[in-house]
Amino acid sequence: MSSDPARTDASFLDLVRTAVPGASIEVAPRIDMPVAIVDRDHLVDVCQTLRTHPDLQFSVLLDVTAVDRLPAAPRYEIVYLMVCLGPAYGTAPARRLRLKVQLADDSAAVPTVSSVWPAANWAEREVFDLFGITFEGHPDLRRVLMPDDWEGAPLRKDYPVQIRKDTASWSPMQLTEEQFAANMRAAREHAARAARSIRGDK
Amino acid sequence: MATRTETMTVNMGPQHPSTHGVLRLVLELDGENIVSSDPTIGFLHTGIEKTAEQKKWQQIVPLVERMDYLGPQSNSLAFCLSVERLLGIEDEIPERVTNIRVLIAEVQRLSSHLVWLGTHAMEIGAVSVMMYAFREREQILNIFEMIAGFRMFPSYLRIGGLREDLPRGFHDVLGPFLDKMSEKIDLYEVMLTKNQVWTKRTVGVAKLSKEDTIAMGLVGPLARAVGVPYDVRKVFPYLNYSTYDFIVPTRTDGDVFARYQVKIEEMRQSVKIAQQALKRISPTGVYDCGDYRIVPPPKDRVYTEMEALIQHFLIYSQGFNVPKGECYVPVEGPRGEHGFFIVSDGTNRPVRIKSRAPSFYACQALPRMIQGGLIADVIAAIGSTDVVMGDVDR
Repeated sequence: MSSDPARTDASFLDLVRTAVPGASIEVAPRIDMPVAIVDRDHLVDVCQTLRTHPDLQFSVLLDVTAVDRLPAAPRYEIVYLMVCLGPAYGTAPARRLRLKVQLADDSAAVPTVSSVWPAANWAEREVFDLFGITFEGHPDLRRVLMPDDWEGAPLRKDYPVQIRKDTASWSPMQLTEEQFAANMRAAREHAARAARSIRGDK
Repeated sequence: MATRTETMTVNMGPQHPSTHGVLRLVLELDGENIVSSDPTIGFLHTGIEKTAEQKKWQQIVPLVERMDYLGPQSNSLAFCLSVERLLGIEDEIPERVTNIRVLIAEVQRLSSHLVWLGTHAMEIGAVSVMMYAFREREQILNIFEMIAGFRMFPSYLRIGGLREDLPRGFHDVLGPFLDKMSEKIDLYEVMLTKNQVWTKRTVGVAKLSKEDTIAMGLVGPLARAVGVPYDVRKVFPYLNYSTYDFIVPTRTDGDVFARYQVKIEEMRQSVKIAQQALKRISPTGVYDCGDYRIVPPPKDRVYTEMEALIQHFLIYSQGFNVPKGECYVPVEGPRGEHGFFIVSDGTNRPVRIKSRAPSFYACQALPRMIQGGLIADVIAAIGSTDVVMGDVDR
């Protein structure tokens, strides 16, 4: 349980240091699993190594999230939780790892890891949605939980929590006369085609 | 006459009865075949994670139970384990409490799987299964009402232990229920497993390959249905699961039928674990860690002793401080690995809590499952992933 040192042993990170020379990988204090802080520029390379290295095989990205540490600096931490499933999938021993990238402010962007693990797609969208942090090279960076026209990033510490906001309202979809006529025409043609195919006409 | 083909875009949900709540799928169809799909979520986003940042640690337990509303006590178990690790009191939790937690977690899994089975079968057309599954689920909810006075969200698991001791007659109610449960599971299998209508709707439908499953971050019943025997209870044991006798069922087909078989087998294993746990639990005994800075003293002492009254007052007015740090201790929830990443700055309120929601990732993988299939199979695919929108949107 808590006293199990094998669970928090971070010595396997040396393999990553060898595979990605130049990357700064700093081991942080930990009580539940190894924790490493990586620099932003080498994030994708480090993640790729973690996933594909035969002795590591962190094949599952469990979650991507962020922490806003206002007023401390650096303000943001992007947190990647990953797991190696052990004999269940692959050959490396079962391990967990928490990877972190620190950001001074939201003007900086983090490179996306969705090319490494496709699961990161929505998880990074969620961080973008709720923290306003941009992911460079993300294939589909849109809001995922909040409405598209929402202003602000709700999970930031400086986002006001006790103000009332007017609910956005939408007017029902309106068709122009031409669009309506085109729709009706398409429906009639469709019905005629269906009737012809039932009768077996050419 | 030249035939013209064009695709049609159809909106499914968020009010569709088979989308398990408020999931909206924008489907691009070519005839009956699905060309592409885009799940739209967020209709049930209630900002629980933001709310939790304004609450004291012990006030968050009822909040997190409302995330995955079909397996609420798995959520509170995961949350309590993370906080207890950060507090450094997990070795002080008595054996009896641990066994009761195992029991509650397994009965909760049973209840969640029963709702899944009933609704999933009903959506594919086997309406009667729903009646049988909900009959048993009703009994489980009655048991939860018995232990905590609340059926859906008991909040019985607390940081540092349990809310109170088990009620009188608990063993007499739960024991016979568990003994009969494996017969009931046989009955569900009689209705479905060899039923041609059921197999034609499920075998080979909504397949997902092993590589895709892992790449999409699906760990849980969905991964076990493609032959990845990963179960947090076995690989990273928490509570005292390593002392229980159970197996991790797997199938290799990765279709709707394989997921059904895995979950049915999981229900049998849950019954087995719950029976073992029930034997180990004495009807009365300790129910918390006894550290009155974290759990309130018993009521009779609060009414008679000054010291206990002060401790009671402190806990409910100021809460307790959790040491600075961060922690993630996952559990095997009904839908897969579920855990809370919690960050504390040393005060009585968290800086951040984040639920690792298995349904969120299952929802993300839906387009890969249903692509190229028929629109009628979308219902079977959604049902088989067992998404709970409260867990997706939080």
